[in-house]
Amino acid sequence: MERLSEHELLLNMGPQHPSTHGVLRVVLKLDGEVVTGAVPDVGYLHRGVEKLAENRTYPQFVILTDRNDYLAAMLNNWGYCLSVEKLLKVEIPQRAEFLRVITGELDRIASHLVFIGTFGLDLGAFTPFLYAFGREREMVLDLFEQLCGARLTYSYVRIGGVSHDVPEGWIEKAKKFIVHMRGCLKEYDDLLSYNPIFLDRTKGIGVLSASKAVAYGLTGPNLRASGVKSDLRELDPYGVYSQFEFDVPTGEKGDCWDRYMMRRHEIEQSCRIVEQALDRLPAGDIMGKVPKVNLRPPAGESYAQIEGARGWLGYYVISDGGTSPYRLHVRAPSFINLAVMGEILKGWKVADAVAILGSIDIVLGEVDR
Amino acid sequence: MAKGPWTVLGPAVGSQTADAIKRRYLMSFVMLGCIFGPIFAVVVGVQLKVGEIGPLLGRAMDAFSVFAAQRGAPVWVVPAASFLVPCLILAVLFNLAPVVVIWLELKIAAHIQVRMGPMWVGRFHGILQPVADGLKLMLKEDIVPAEADRWIHYLAPVVVLVPAFVAYAPVSFGPRLVGIDLDTGTLFVMAVSGLSTLGLLMAGWASQNKYSALGGLRAAAQTVSYEIPRVLSLLPVVMWAGTLSLSGIARAQEGLWMGILPKWFIFYPGIGLIAYVIYFICTVAETNRTPFDIAEAESELVSGFNTEYSGMKFALFFLAEYAYVFLGAAVGTDLFFGGGSAPWNFLRFIPSYVWFIAKTLGQVFLIILVRWTYPRIRVDRLMEFCWKFLVPWSLVNVALAGALILWRAR
Repeated sequence: MERLSEHELLLNMGPQHPSTHGVLRVVLKLDGEVVTGAVPDVGYLHRGVEKLAENRTYPQFVILTDRNDYLAAMLNNWGYCLSVEKLLKVEIPQRAEFLRVITGELDRIASHLVFIGTFGLDLGAFTPFLYAFGREREMVLDLFEQLCGARLTYSYVRIGGVSHDVPEGWIEKAKKFIVHMRGCLKEYDDLLSYNPIFLDRTKGIGVLSASKAVAYGLTGPNLRASGVKSDLRELDPYGVYSQFEFDVPTGEKGDCWDRYMMRRHEIEQSCRIVEQALDRLPAGDIMGKVPKVNLRPPAGESYAQIEGARGWLGYYVISDGGTSPYRLHVRAPSFINLAVMGEILKGWKVADAVAILGSIDIVLGEVDR
Repeated sequence: MAKGPWTVLGPAVGSQTADAIKRRYLMSFVMLGCIFGPIFAVVVGVQLKVGEIGPLLGRAMDAFSVFAAQRGAPVWVVPAASFLVPCLILAVLFNLAPVVVIWLELKIAAHIQVRMGPMWVGRFHGILQPVADGLKLMLKEDIVPAEADRWIHYLAPVVVLVPAFVAYAPVSFGPRLVGIDLDTGTLFVMAVSGLSTLGLLMAGWASQNKYSALGGLRAAAQTVSYEIPRVLSLLPVVMWAGTLSLSGIARAQEGLWMGILPKWFIFYPGIGLIAYVIYFICTVAETNRTPFDIAEAESELVSGFNTEYSGMKFALFFLAEYAYVFLGAAVGTDLFFGGGSAPWNFLRFIPSYVWFIAKTLGQVFLIILVRWTYPRIRVDRLMEFCWKFLVPWSLVNVALAGALILWRAR
């Protein structure tokens, strides 16, 4: 960083800071309250997941994908399994595909609920956090706990299918949750989305134009907030997504409010998808014909990406025909979305910097891997 | 389970069967009844027999002076006692009020947020939680940053707390229940409570922390700006009552309009309500609470000016904040809700201090509700809101009040 002028202040925000969502470090250059420069510094949570993959068998690595984006572990499992399944060229039973969609969308809801809660928290509103995080998300986690026993790191999606079939009464419970969730969205709107102070804090703040968003490789809700209609579930339907009806909401200006509203609308759309999938859940197996031990995909490489909660979540796997990947790479949407931070923070106030950082919605587990 | 004095901190974990919980609730209510029943009976009895507690205190002082004269005590004993007794009462109140407000905040916030809040300490709904928190903070290590300006760092919490205490002096808690009935009471409260800003600035500066410095500066800017509409909002009240004394203003609001509505200042058409709304907003801002908590701004400045404070020094800041919350509500009660007077005559049997505390706690509830509902305003918008909205409107309000008074005098 270049020399500071007399009236500038270097503020080291993080890695221990209440609103960096984990261990992100941002070095802010301040002129009074105005940010004149920002350098995001990552790596405080680096665990070498990609390297670890080379020493794990293929099924073992599913557990590590949970730890990448721990707020949407289901989707991470799915992305990885999809890539390995591409190598294996294995047939996935329909029931498993539907269960993947149901759990994936529920997990997307859970992840967006965390966003809504923590974004409110970043702006100083404490109560929505406890509604979204402590009430609704808890219901999703209860559903997952019933399904697979875990509440955060599910490892539910396995290579070839899913690990557990739905227990009795689960579908009704899930339907009840969808109804409840729709009611709660109205509550969030009253409490947060259309709160005058909230609008004042988010409208026109941290504007990201569509061209810049594309240039930086942004994906997911952040890109859609800038007005680009891009959703892999619609563009390149994987799994059984082509069978469902849903809209892809897009924003207009690409400011913090648009980015917030994207998540809010996506919860609604996810509810729609889950509802359709629950109604049409076919009977049958939940696991394809995959060897239980000694899983050796043929040599070659594969890349599969899904629409994660934060953008395009891709897994690139190279196999040399052994039991563990020769090389594995994760296209982590959080990491790529974070790159735009240094650009859009400039010129805003400290309070806005926190709002912008919150609206980008990063998960440090995924950024640092 | 060994019985000991600590069992007051709640029953042991593991005994929580549904029946046990039910019994505990029942016991809590019985206990509450046992405690508050006699108190209520005594209060009503005293009320019917001797009237207000304020005159009673006066009579007790008179009796004491006669007693002292008979026993040939030195001359200074009576003035000293008449000075110390209100001081003592105020000191107790000053320490008690924040504790009650903190407990209320814990519980109300919890219920707003679909939680239970403290349920353990003190057996009944965590009634002793603030005390336990206070004890914990007292026992904690006092950390002073190596680079800090030690003396200013030590002094800052004191500078914040002392004005909060002093500002309670002229607040009227009912007829003749007032520490010192200053003729300039309103002015005194505003002036003294404004002093606390200095402490915030000192804390921000002395901590040698960038977050603290930013927080301290924000606090100073904010409090200084909000002082202006706050004082201006009180002007119509003072003009109407013709006095600055808080007990005088409270007295001026007795009586009814058309036999229905109490003549509290908040019910004065338009002017009173505008004045109160401005006063309320400014009070929330002065106490540095959401949506105006930019000086602490947890998500931005970690903890603002008190980032580097721990243990008892942090407790002092905390105490001061809640003391100001109660003070703001108490002054609001005196100025806008007729102090300790009962709204209607048939409710006179409830003593004035009960009315006073009820009205004050009502406003405290409102302040707490606001805190847990709104996000935080940005620092520059906060200033804009103050200078471009509150100040002009409070000036308009003053002009309106003046016009009304002139029209009535005509």
